[in-house]
Amino acid sequence: MTSELPAEPSYDEMLEPDGTVRPAYEGYRRWLEAQPAGHLRRKGVEAEAFFRRTGITFNVYGAADAEERLIPFDPVPRIITATQWRKLSRGIDQRVRAINAFLHDLYHRQEIVRAGRVPERLLRDNAAYLPQMAGFTPPGGVYTHIVGIDLVRTGEDDFMVLEDNARTPSGVSYMLENRETMMAMFPELFTRVRVREVSDYPRRLARSLAACAPAAFAGDKPTVAVLTPGIYNSAYFEHAFLADQMGAELVEGSDLKVEGGRVAMRTTRGWQPVDVIYRRVDDDFLDPLSFNPSSVLGVAGIMDVYRAGGITIANAPGTGISDDKAIYSFMPEIVEFYTGEKPILPNVPTWRCSEPDALAYVLDNLADLVVKEVHGSGGYGMLIGPTSSKREIAAFSAKLRARPDNYIAQPTLSLSTVPIFTRAGLAPRHVDLRPFVLVSPHGIDITPGGLTRVALKKGSLVVNSSQGGGTKDSWVLDD
Amino acid sequence: MLGRSANGIFWLFRYLERAENTARLIEAGFRMALTRDSGAASEEWRSVLVTLGLHAAFAARHGEDVTGAQVFNFVLRDRDNPASVLAMIEMARTNARMVRTGITREVWEAVNESWMKLKDMLARPVTEARLRDVLDAVRRQATQVRGAMEGTMLRNDIYYFARIGTAVERADNTARILDVKYYVLLPSLSAVGSSLDNVQWDNVLRAVAGERAYRWLNAGQMDPRGIARFLILDERFPRALAFCYDELSTNMALLAREYGFETEAHAIQRQGQEWLARLTIEAIFEQGLHQFIGEFLACNHRLAQQIQRDYRFVE
Repeated sequence: MTSELPAEPSYDEMLEPDGTVRPAYEGYRRWLEAQPAGHLRRKGVEAEAFFRRTGITFNVYGAADAEERLIPFDPVPRIITATQWRKLSRGIDQRVRAINAFLHDLYHRQEIVRAGRVPERLLRDNAAYLPQMAGFTPPGGVYTHIVGIDLVRTGEDDFMVLEDNARTPSGVSYMLENRETMMAMFPELFTRVRVREVSDYPRRLARSLAACAPAAFAGDKPTVAVLTPGIYNSAYFEHAFLADQMGAELVEGSDLKVEGGRVAMRTTRGWQPVDVIYRRVDDDFLDPLSFNPSSVLGVAGIMDVYRAGGITIANAPGTGISDDKAIYSFMPEIVEFYTGEKPILPNVPTWRCSEPDALAYVLDNLADLVVKEVHGSGGYGMLIGPTSSKREIAAFSAKLRARPDNYIAQPTLSLSTVPIFTRAGLAPRHVDLRPFVLVSPHGIDITPGGLTRVALKKGSLVVNSSQGGGTKDSWVLDD
Repeated sequence: MLGRSANGIFWLFRYLERAENTARLIEAGFRMALTRDSGAASEEWRSVLVTLGLHAAFAARHGEDVTGAQVFNFVLRDRDNPASVLAMIEMARTNARMVRTGITREVWEAVNESWMKLKDMLARPVTEARLRDVLDAVRRQATQVRGAMEGTMLRNDIYYFARIGTAVERADNTARILDVKYYVLLPSLSAVGSSLDNVQWDNVLRAVAGERAYRWLNAGQMDPRGIARFLILDERFPRALAFCYDELSTNMALLAREYGFETEAHAIQRQGQEWLARLTIEAIFEQGLHQFIGEFLACNHRLAQQIQRDYRFVE
């Protein structure tokens, strides 16, 4: 174990400390032991060629020579038992219900603020809170049509929510393609171990979006379009993939305009109205008339159409307030306030640097903590105390002192590990899990499994694909 | 279907067609240059540049002295040449990514693989020894994309726009090759039927992959008028202008049937086709081959522009 790791050993999901295989991995391990030497390595090379050919790539911002990079795929699955999954699903369901109730409340009566459970200043000073949404209820009452809840694990039954992605969570195409790849590489494995299906996600997404058609929709099948910033966006592959799988149009801002109170797309037969937009552009770029006036990615006037019931936007504008890291620390209260239940899934303990006591503690303990920007994402702009040099910590400490309310801090968690395949054989690496959740007026639908991200570097805790992380196929075992 | 997607499909197939035709042109030029002395070989390479409209760009980069290796490297892979084969394949792929939801996985993979393969092959300078492999690869990849399209794509507007793009580009390319080579096909003042003429005529046919078909139809008899008739008016030969206009007619009619309306582009296409049907090779030579080609290119360009307008390719 390297010095990068916390003092206590991490929980390994495959092996017990004495080396015996945990129940979740028994079937897999039996199969693995029967494989000829070199089999997995050969398959790994095959997988990479497959990804290149099919164009499953990820554009990395700021890396000019690597316009399209592959997210490394590891062929060892991450396995969750049916029992574990049942508990996780209940927790996720509860959390997502609370998030939607919270959003509705924030943009209406703000009972939770009146009750003193969430401080008013968090909304007042927050760019993610959109005054344009106040008093408006989206079609079907759904705010977050698609949510990705990031979970980390530290022990047998210890799952915690690290982040709620309630804006435009990405990665679902990797969940689907990873499964396809595994089934293509190891078909016989899936006859030995019963794994729950994920491949109908796009169909469920299409159905879920169609169930949220706006008031202006008339006809028998709503027109759904995926709005992408274009081919240079880092997740373009996913936008195209989902549109393709749903049979929806993949549109850019330049394909759309507001006409006769509807949003219409320019087709070869003329302008045709769109009913539901699954947008993969940020709030800020959605409507140059309402938000960033220089945006060319969105549609001028779409917010007016939206508020008049002419279109459904998924996710609703302004949902970012619920996954803001400053709000995150209040999630346990939020869950309890709206569901009347104790949270099933706990948060990671979090210090709000805006509070003087917390700030003092964080400054004293920077070397042991992870400090994040309140509005940051993708692993940028954060400090991982245990792996940083004295100088990095000093520089960060100055930034922190200058704008304490811009940061939160968390303990360096001893994330669970799952083995990856390396030249030297299997080796444990830290993982997280992002299950994908669909919300419609008919209810909450959680795809079994999700995207497992894995830090490929020994000891590393950073799983973000933009920072050298990889992915794994994630299995939920069938009973 | 989105106007932007129609534009993407149309240009995806135009770029692929142009890349393939460019490779054939280089192949013919290379073959010709091998059989000539160095002065005549330079002339041959210069005519390749003129056909592609790259003469000025090449001169700016390399000066007026023309060597084979410089020309085919410039045409195939030079970063300063935005119309290089590599750039075309890149643009084809960019368009394919843009219309990823409109094409099948097979077509996308064929395009993507072409790009990966050619990017790799063209990463370093192409030598005469390696040229044939590179040109083979360009042709084979184009064939693969076409095959994937034929075998897997639904016959709907997306497919029709792909075929229309291919036909418009191919007609343009055949006409340009004819235009640069027309002097070879004019009744020659001397050495009629000489072996040199035969080689040159053969070369024109090779540049459009028509040498076998022509020989088969004409029992090996080469004659310039016959070659010109073959390339312009023979609707059985897939690179002849008349064939391309048949192809346009078929696909534009299918498009009109699917949409329930015709557009101005249909009228332009019909005019062009009727004009070709009325023409004889005698009339073309009487009018002047060069002048005929000028008119044809203008008509073809007008058609392409009108299609882009009628189907709202751009705002």
